[in-house]
Amino acid sequence: MNPVQIIEARGVPLDRSDVDTDQIIPSEWLKRVERTGFGRGLFSEWRDDPSFVLNQADYQGAEILIGGARFGTGSSREHAVWALMDYGFRAVVASSFGDIFKNNSSKQGLVTVEIDDDDLQELLALVRAHPHTLITIDVASSTIEVAEAGWQRTFAMSPMTRERLLNGWDDIGLTMRHEDEISTFEARRDVERPSLRGLFDDQGRALQSSH
Amino acid sequence: MSGRTLFEKVWDDHVVASPEGEATILYVDLHLIHEVTSPQAFDGLRLHGRPVRRPDRTLATADHNVPTEPLSVPVLDPVSKRQLEVLEENCAEFGITLFPRGHENQGIVHVIGPELGVTQPGMVIVCGDSHTSTHGAFGSLAFGIGTSEVEHVLATQTIPQQRPRTMAVNIDGELPVGVEAKDVALAIIRQLGTGGGAGYVIEYRGSVIRHLSMEGRMTICNMSIEAGARAGMVAVDDTTIEYLRGRPGVPSGAAFEDAAEVWRTFRSDDDAIFDQEVTIDAATLSPFLTWGTNPAQVAPVTGIVPHPVDDADRRSLEYMGLAAGVAFRDVSVDVVFIGSCTNSRIEDLRSAAAVVAGHRVAEGVRALVVPGSHRVKAAAEREGLDAIFLAAGFEWREPGCSMCLGMNPDQLEPGQRSASTSNRNFEGRQGRGGRTHLVSPAVAAATAILGRFATPAEVTA
Repeated sequence: MNPVQIIEARGVPLDRSDVDTDQIIPSEWLKRVERTGFGRGLFSEWRDDPSFVLNQADYQGAEILIGGARFGTGSSREHAVWALMDYGFRAVVASSFGDIFKNNSSKQGLVTVEIDDDDLQELLALVRAHPHTLITIDVASSTIEVAEAGWQRTFAMSPMTRERLLNGWDDIGLTMRHEDEISTFEARRDVERPSLRGLFDDQGRALQSSH
Repeated sequence: MSGRTLFEKVWDDHVVASPEGEATILYVDLHLIHEVTSPQAFDGLRLHGRPVRRPDRTLATADHNVPTEPLSVPVLDPVSKRQLEVLEENCAEFGITLFPRGHENQGIVHVIGPELGVTQPGMVIVCGDSHTSTHGAFGSLAFGIGTSEVEHVLATQTIPQQRPRTMAVNIDGELPVGVEAKDVALAIIRQLGTGGGAGYVIEYRGSVIRHLSMEGRMTICNMSIEAGARAGMVAVDDTTIEYLRGRPGVPSGAAFEDAAEVWRTFRSDDDAIFDQEVTIDAATLSPFLTWGTNPAQVAPVTGIVPHPVDDADRRSLEYMGLAAGVAFRDVSVDVVFIGSCTNSRIEDLRSAAAVVAGHRVAEGVRALVVPGSHRVKAAAEREGLDAIFLAAGFEWREPGCSMCLGMNPDQLEPGQRSASTSNRNFEGRQGRGGRTHLVSPAVAAATAILGRFATPAEVTA
């Protein structure tokens, strides 16, 4: 993935709690085998409504999505992250996130900013009052700032996620630095815990009878 | 020093490396894949010229978008058809065993792993599906992953993980008549909330869990993610061992007894300490349903639509087309769906059939049963359950995820209301504009017969 250091962009207030991944990208979009083009499906059940916040002129081009509590709960579909990024979002701010969504985001370089609900409400108020105000997210210092309002908060981010974002590291490459340890572990594991080898024939039929 | 929890035993047993300041690298014993979350992962492997490290620790099935019509009906949706073909091509290219549509071992990924005996105690199991938590019922550590992680596991057979905290959910006492594992799961989610389990691995404990079958334990572990927890676990006991005995994936004879001896160690030590403990009194439970658009919005089937306490509640009631104060017994349904990785196993079908036997589905209600796998379907047909459902006016369909997530043609129409044994009542989950109420198999069956929400006692009385 590409390194992410500083994001300076406008925000859009999606002030809803429990925005699940079925809302972010409905399942009909999950039939595709590509990784691109999901932006058209983002929030597709809500985008037909002209008053939906993403349709409002004030917020066109905003690249920071401001959600509510428990953003991205539900299914493990990474398509939700692909859809947000394909649409143009580079960060999501919320008071909490679904675990798998947060993890998936970190693999793609979508920055998840977790701040207290009180702080979130302040940020929402700032963006509603001045939709064109710029928000700055600094990954290295884990801060989110609205400079023109003198508003700044820090947010928690695991050191590991921060380093990966800042450097754009590929997880598989990082893990393969431990190839020797994996091979050693694996040799022992194959004795203790046999694999599926020999369980099914080349047609996938079970070789051992069962009840 | 205190003893270790079940989770800690499985975790410790899989640590490949713990690099300073980075996530722990865990070994993956079993990687289950399906058509929806794998194609982009295989593309990533090809892009970087990487092989699948352990095709013999990887198993594939087609489940999410397969039609549930007989095999003679082709896959009509060209996008779904292509996705199923891509899974076949990828499995052939990389040497992975695949159970395609129509295969005797095909079914929902979280049904086939346990029934084939490839899900075993003490394993680390991952799959690109959040309901992978199901497999934790066998004392394994099992959790859902995203597609980038699927690619990572295919390439390295490991997964980097931050160590989660541990939570014990103790459910003690006697379950009232008509209360099933699904009701226990809904009660847990109601108590924890949709985010209460975030960052935790839950161990389900107590006399209720000990007395549950493996099917019931799977139902409860399955919905751990609906409380925000990526994994749920249950300690190994005789019930676990006897479920596994004789299944294709386990050893036979003396080798089975040797394996079972090791498996029995996968339980929390008596003096193990959890980061958090929660207690639920079984006597307070009743047949439940969800009334809103998140799975913590739970009420008794015999109760009334609650009064909203915040904007989220009001939005839910508006979407669901429900008015506060109305009795659920006065709310009629259009569709009843019995299936999904939560409730499509043989015991679920027996429970529903026991309610349905001798009755007819109410006029105007579409009711369908989608067995979790071909093996479940065959077992049910040997017991004559298909005949009971068909005589009552249910559809008896081929295995798959089906109406749980509406990726295949089995979907709700806008505004239709369902009683569904699945796991998510999100807006549009079962089809755009559809209104989903999550219930147990017995409540689903009773609701199909009476055409409105009902407890099983109302039908059998």
